[in-house]
Parts: sequence; structure tokens; C-alpha cells
Amino acid sequence: MSSLPWITILIAVPLVAALVLWLVPGLHRFARPVGLAVSLVTLGGAVAMATGFDPSRAGEQQLTQTVGWIPSIGASYAVGLNGLGLVMVLLALALVPIVLAADWHAVPDASEADRRATDRRRATFVALVLALASLMVAVFAARDVFLFYVVFEVMLIPVYFLVGMFGGANRRSAAVKFLVYSLAGGLIMLVGVVMLYLQGPGGPQGFLIDNLAGVVSDPTTERWLFVAFFVAFAVKAPMWPVHTWLPDTTAQATPGTSTLLVGVLDKVGTFGMLALCLPLFPGAARWAAPAIVVLALISIVYGALVAIGQQDMMRFIAFTSISHFGFIVLGIFVGSEVAMTGAMFYMLAHGLSIAGLFLLAGYLAERGGSRRIDAYGGWQRVTPVLAGLFLVSGMASVALPGLSGFIGEYLVLVGSFASSIPAAAVATLGVVLAALYFLLVYQRVFTGQPRAEIAQARADGALRDLGARERWSLVPVVVAMVVLGVLPGPVLDLLTPLAQVLALGGAQ
Amino acid sequence: MTTFQPPVIDWAALTPVLVIVGAGVLGVLVAAFAPAARRRSIQVVVALLAPLAALGAVAWRWSEVVGGGESTFVAGQLAEDGFGLAAQMILLVIALVGFAVLASRLPGGEDAFTPQGASAPGSAYEEAARKAGLEQTEVYPLALFSLAGMLVFTMANDLLVLFVALEVLSLPLYVLTALARRRRVLSQEAALKYFLLGAFSSAIFLFGVALLFGYSASLTYADIGTAATASVGMDGMAVVGLLMVLTGLLFKVGAVPFHAWVPDVYQGAPTPVTGFMAAATKTAAFAAIARLLYVAAPGFAWDVEPALWVVAIASMLVGTVLAIVQTDIKRTLAYSSVAHAGFALVAIVSLPEGGPDALLFYLLAYSFATVGAFAVVTLVRERDDAGNVTGEATHLSQWAGLGRRSPVLAAAMALFLLSFAGIPLTAGFLGKFTAFVAAADGGAWPLVAVAVLASIAAAFFYVRVIVLMFFTRPEESDEPQRQRAQAVAPGALTRVALVVCAAGTLVLGVWPTPVLDLLAQAARFVV
Repeated sequence: MSSLPWITILIAVPLVAALVLWLVPGLHRFARPVGLAVSLVTLGGAVAMATGFDPSRAGEQQLTQTVGWIPSIGASYAVGLNGLGLVMVLLALALVPIVLAADWHAVPDASEADRRATDRRRATFVALVLALASLMVAVFAARDVFLFYVVFEVMLIPVYFLVGMFGGANRRSAAVKFLVYSLAGGLIMLVGVVMLYLQGPGGPQGFLIDNLAGVVSDPTTERWLFVAFFVAFAVKAPMWPVHTWLPDTTAQATPGTSTLLVGVLDKVGTFGMLALCLPLFPGAARWAAPAIVVLALISIVYGALVAIGQQDMMRFIAFTSISHFGFIVLGIFVGSEVAMTGAMFYMLAHGLSIAGLFLLAGYLAERGGSRRIDAYGGWQRVTPVLAGLFLVSGMASVALPGLSGFIGEYLVLVGSFASSIPAAAVATLGVVLAALYFLLVYQRVFTGQPRAEIAQARADGALRDLGARERWSLVPVVVAMVVLGVLPGPVLDLLTPLAQVLALGGAQ
Repeated sequence: MTTFQPPVIDWAALTPVLVIVGAGVLGVLVAAFAPAARRRSIQVVVALLAPLAALGAVAWRWSEVVGGGESTFVAGQLAEDGFGLAAQMILLVIALVGFAVLASRLPGGEDAFTPQGASAPGSAYEEAARKAGLEQTEVYPLALFSLAGMLVFTMANDLLVLFVALEVLSLPLYVLTALARRRRVLSQEAALKYFLLGAFSSAIFLFGVALLFGYSASLTYADIGTAATASVGMDGMAVVGLLMVLTGLLFKVGAVPFHAWVPDVYQGAPTPVTGFMAAATKTAAFAAIARLLYVAAPGFAWDVEPALWVVAIASMLVGTVLAIVQTDIKRTLAYSSVAHAGFALVAIVSLPEGGPDALLFYLLAYSFATVGAFAVVTLVRERDDAGNVTGEATHLSQWAGLGRRSPVLAAAMALFLLSFAGIPLTAGFLGKFTAFVAAADGGAWPLVAVAVLASIAAAFFYVRVIVLMFFTRPEESDEPQRQRAQAVAPGALTRVALVVCAAGTLVLGVWPTPVLDLLAQAARFVV
């Protein structure tokens, strides 16, 4: 069973399904159920693949496959997964069906006359999400710098269309801002890719990460290369000061798009730091670590402070994410194995809590007709289930013990204290602010007395709490938050070996 | 007293050119003698079969030549080598798709050309010609002659041959530019500008030829190259001469500061002509520039390089910045082609070893996207109050919401734009990538840095067109009073051309290995 090219299958199935759904007009009517089925099958495939993964060798690439792609420029189709890659692939593929279910009505129902156009738009939406699923698998599995770069850039296109076609009123400028920001980061990385290849051994496999590790001997060149790659990942992650595209984009995108964007795609930034920056340029990473730690601390505090002042729920969640990404980057670069393990775990936990927050905020906005925080109040009584789930997700996000977010944040802080007490102190400030910003928002939205007309609508039955589809889309997320919070061991076992290999200033 | 010795002419090596010239002559005869009713169909068949036959001839020469059989003939004035043949292959592929678009007609039966080129715009004569259903079928032989000039351009190994080929390729294009069916005054103005500036650049070119002859006492590249290594003084004259010759060629590719004609001509010319001209002229002229630089000029590399750096950087920046502020799709594409001239130049400025094949790949990728994009432009039309299809809707705001009305056509356009922007998995990305690798290999790092910056800015205006097509509802358009565009159903020929261009763009982006391998064999110049 392990002889099957699992990764390639997981890349190909959603991609082919996306093309078929988009190109065959007869399928447009059934696009949503078909898409959901395909995404569930893919998730099943990923789980089956995970059973063939040997946790005792989680630090190494497994399930590998290497085929020549463009030998004349040194590019190969080389895929494989280590513990972190496996966790991220599972997270990504688990979120896809959830997002499809949550964004079931991303294209509103239309009158009978526009049925075909509506169906076509729905099919386009599903096809784009499935294409994104395929690319997410590819990017976490790439073992070739060229392949990674290609997927890294191509991934922008489906998101660009998802934001631009299905977003809110300002979707056009949001989509353009997102794309131009990301392309700018990506093209700077392209210079690094070219430079790295010319430094490397060349030949038909000249882009394999294994062949490129440690080839740069000149420290100055190594630093330039590190910066070229890091800038692209920092834009993606996003870190202060290149974060401004994120709130604008999430404010316009559908909740599902935002979930995939912040929950998975932005993790490609921190994943790239772990999978490319550290193994390829260890010396430069050590050189740049102090500056990056400072940027990460600024992100933590700045994101938290700005989040307190937000009026739009989606922008609020985006700024909390900037703060959380600060924690992840801090964990990667602070120079502690424990913190790095924590950062990797944080990537998974944040993907879950962000899905809960974005989707619930979306459900709330559908009911209240606004994304503004001050348009709400007292909704605890109107939609108790929604409020309860929002509280759990938010508490997971701000690291309440017993929920998923706690493990990652705790490990990052413990590791940071061991290597730098000032950094850890500032980061702890971020934890306090996090509790503040979340509870303030919860208080303003859910506690108190609901407005009279809202209460009336609730009493008339015009306003309902979460329906079955909405509840079931969130049950797996919340269950995962609790399970990971109580039993983090198996996942940590997958991540620790990698942290031992990569940690800065460690045994190397 | 020396006796005249006739040069040896390798007729076999000239087959591709002879096929195209022969087809052109045949086309002239058809235009003169065939009955009017059947003239057009015969012309179209000739114009499409000739590049196919020539492609076969090139393939035959390829098997004879590549891998050791390179030679020069006609006393060293023409070269037959892998680079020339590869460039010819690209030109013929462009011609095939370009001519298919050229020959297409709207559902109503009108083509892109004026019924009677000699009639004054808006005159009763023009109206009568239109009513009579006249057609200017001379466009096909004209395009073929221009193509013949381009084919010779890629093999020219001698400055005088290069000049003659330059004129052969240019003069038909001047005429074709003037023949638009609609907006005829704009079209004629464009042709006049093109002709006057072209004549001016030809004069500069000739002056440069004279200076180089004065320097080396020869016109062939090989002799100039030899003289450069063995010369005693007078280098200044040679460098000035070389720069003047390059000026003439850079004018043809539309590089800054010789780009002034590009937007007007691209806008004024009939759109199918624009597509063919933009792709093919650039390919031919770049092939000539590469041969000149690699064969004749390595001895002057130190002197010529700075000038080319300036041209490349200026082209990328000026083309990009001006493209951002355009409101007309054809002018946007025109300035983008100026920027692409700069990108292509990046590949060869520092004469790196991998430069020629990177250049050819770049040109092939650019050509597919260019012919395809202009073919889409020919299909996006305005309608009058009665619902009849009228002229092309070239104002950008008219494209709002096209993706909702014609999703497949808009998706094709989006693909071409993404290829221009250099997004991975399109041909344009690998073109840029190979060009950057070649340039960086040759040490031209600053040039790569500028190219990357320009790419970021350039992405903005390609993305903007996609925003208009897909993300904007027509009622959200900035200028609601403008009539919005309707895509007409493409004719069979345009459909084939679009499919070929889109497939080429995708295949070269995803699986370029065969083409790259082919080009890697080809990148040799015979000296």
C-alpha cells in the first residue's frame, strides 16, 4: 500500500476534479455536492497515507517520489513529507470540506432565469477551492526549490479569483492588493532562486533541496539569499511591516476563503522558513535571527494592540493572526528546540482556531447583516450555540489551557525564556493583550441585551441559531481543538525530531 | 586584375525562404488574375499552406544541419545554423497562427481590412466599394513577403543582406498597417508614422553599415569580428557604426528610446496585423541582434554593453510605467511589448553562453501570448443600436464583465495576460526564468534586479485587465456611458489560432523540456 504514489494522487485528484467541474457544463448544477464528495475522498486518502507514515522517522522525508521535470534547467518533480509536512497536509485537506460546507451559499440563490449563471459561478467557486487544495498539498510536499517556487506563486491565482469574484464590495482592490503584494515577495524570491541555482551543483537535479543544502559557502552571498527568501515568506506569513494586505483581503473575502488563506496559505510562509531558509542557509539564519526576533515581537504586540481597536470582525481576526504569526516566527528563530516544536504545533493549532473564528464570524454576519462589531450586542441569547462555539474557538486562539492553542504558545514561551528572557517577557505581554482583545470583542458582540428588533426576530423564528450544516461544519474543528489540547503527544512526536535537526544554535 | 567569381549559392539552404517568396508571387498573380469570387479563398489557402510547407523545409534543413552541418554560403553573406533555423521555425509557427487570425471574418462576413485601400476614408467611393463587397486580397501576399524578409533576417550574416531583408520585411508592414477597415484615418496616420520613422531608422542603420565597412573593409560579420581582434586603432568608428546598426534593429523591436512608433502603430493597424507584426517582427529583429552581437561584436562587447544595458533598463521601466496609465487595450499591449523587448534583451546583453536559447524561448512564449491576446481583441466588439456588430471595443472600461458573458474567451485572455506577467505554469514564466538565469550567469545581476522590479509593476496592469473582465460587473464600470463590449463567436480559423496559442502557452509552461532540449541543440552560431 505504501508503494502507491500517495502524494501525487492527493495532488492530482482535486486538480482533475476542479478541471472537470469547471469545464463540463452538465456538472455545474451538482458542483457543490460533487466538490464536497471529492474533498472528503481526498481527505480520506490523506488519512490512509498517514497510516503509511513512520512516526519514528518523522524528521526525514518519507513517501518520496522524484521524477525529472525540466532537466535542462535542473528542475525535478520531487515530493515527500516529513512530520511537519504531513501535519500541514492533513490540516489543509481537513479544512477544504469544512470550507466548502461553510461557504455553501457563497453564491446566493438566484431567480429561475439566472439559474445557469448561478450554477456556473458556484462551479467556479468549488473548482477554485479544489485547485487550491491540490496546490496546498504540492507546496507542503515539494522537495525541489523550483517546484516549491512554482507552486508558491501559482497558489496566488485561485485565491486571487476567489477574493475577486466572490468577495464583498471592495473585493477588486483587495484582490489586486493581495496579488501584487504576494507577487512582489515572490519575485524577490525568484532572484534568490536563480542565484541559488547558479551557486549549486547544477545538472538535471540542481534544484533538489538535498543537493543545495550547504552549497553556499560565502557568508555574504548566503545572507543575500536568505534575505531574498525570507522577504517572500515574511510577506506571506505575514509579518509586520509587510502585513497590510491581510486585513484588507480578509475583510472582503468570503469566510471560507479567509479560512484557507490565513489558516493554511499563510502557513506556507512559516513553513518556507522552516523547510527552506533554515536548512539551506543555516549560517545566515543565525546571523539574522536577532533582527527577526525583534520583528516577530513587534508583530505580536502590534497585531494585538491594533486588534483591540478594530471595528470589523474580519479585520479583527486578521490582526489577531498577525500577532499569532509573530509567536510562530519567534518560536522558529529564537534559537530553542522546544520553542521550534511549539511553533510548528502553533501552526496547526492556529489553523484550527482561525477556521472557527472566521466561519463563525461569517455565520454571524449572515444573520446580523453586518461585519461591524458595534452592530451586535447580546447575541448570546439570540444564537447561543454560535456564541458558545465562538467562545471556544476564541479561547483556543488565545491559548486557554486544555485547548489546542495553549500547547504551542506555552512551548514557544518556555523555549524563549530559556534563550532570551527579554524576548519572552515581551511575548508574554502579547498573551495578556490576547485575552484582553478577545474578551472585549466577545463582550461587545455576545453579552448584554440584544436590540429589540433582533429579539423580536428571534421570537418570530425569523432568526435562527446555527443550522445542521453550519453546526456540522464546526464540530470537527472544535473536537480537534479539544483533543489536541488534551492529547498533544502524538502530534508533538511528529514534530520534535524535525526541531532537533533544525533548531538554531542547537547540536549542529 | 581579378576575375569575377560567382559566389556559391546553396539553394537547398534557401528552400524555406524560396517557398514563402514563391507563395507571395503566386498570391500577387492570384490577386491579378483569379476571378473575384474565388480570390480570397485561394489566397487564404496559399497563405496557410506556404508556412506549413516552409516549416517542413526547415525541419528537413534542421536534420541536415544541426549537429555539425553548419555553413555559410553566398560568399559568407548568409549563414545556415541551428540558431537561424530555430528562429525560422518560431517565425513560421507565428505566421501560421497569425495568418489564421488575419484571414478570419466576422459572422457577418467582414474581414479586418478596408474594402479598397485606395479610397479616401469616408468617401462615396469607399462606400461603393463596401457595397460591392470588394476585398483587398493583396494583404496575403504582402504578409508573405514580409515573412520572407524575416526569414532572411535570421540567417543574414552580412550587413547589406541584413539591410535588404530589413526593407523587405518592413515595406509590406507599412502598407498592411494602413489598411484597417474601421478608424481608417487613425490607421493611415499610424502607417505614415511607421514609414517615416522606419525610413529614418533605416538611414541610421545604413550610416552605421558604412562606418563598419570603413573600419573593416568588409560587410560580413566574420570579417568584422576578425578585424575587431586584429585592428589597429579606429575602434571608435567601429563602435559608433555598430551602435547605429543596432539602433536600426532596436527600432524594429520597439526598445526605448526607439519605441515612439509602437503605441500608435499597434493601435492604428488592423488588429490581426498588429498581432502578427508584434510577434514576428520582434522575433526576427532579436534573432538578427543576437547574431550581430555574438558573431560580429564580441570584440566590442565592452563598448557596446553599457549602451545595451541602458536600452534594456529603459525599455523595461518606460514600457511598464506607461502601460499602467493606458486606457486602451491595444495601447496597453503595445507598451507591454516595449517592456518585453527589454526583458528579452536582458537574456543576451552580457553575451552569456545560454543567452541565445533563452532568448528564443522567451520570444516563442511571448509570441504565443501576443498573437493570442490580439486575436481576442479582434473578437470583442461594440454593437450599434440595431444590434449589428461594429468596431472593436478597445477601451478598457468596455471590457468590464466580459468574464461573465464569455467565460471561455475571457479565460483565454487571462491566460495570455498571466503569461505576459510571468506567472508560473505559463510559458512566460519559464521565458523570464531562463532569461534571468542566462543574464545572471553572465554576471548581469543589476539587470536582473531591475527586471524583477519591472515585473512586479507590470503584473499590476495585466492583473487590472483580469479584474475588469472577471471581478467587475458592467454596472460597476468607471464609465457607464460607454457601450460595453460583446464578444462575437470566433470563426473556425481564429478558434484554431486561439487554441494553438493557449495550448502553446500552457504546454511550454508545464512541460517545456522538448522545446528547451531542441533549442539547446540549436544555440550555435556558425562563424
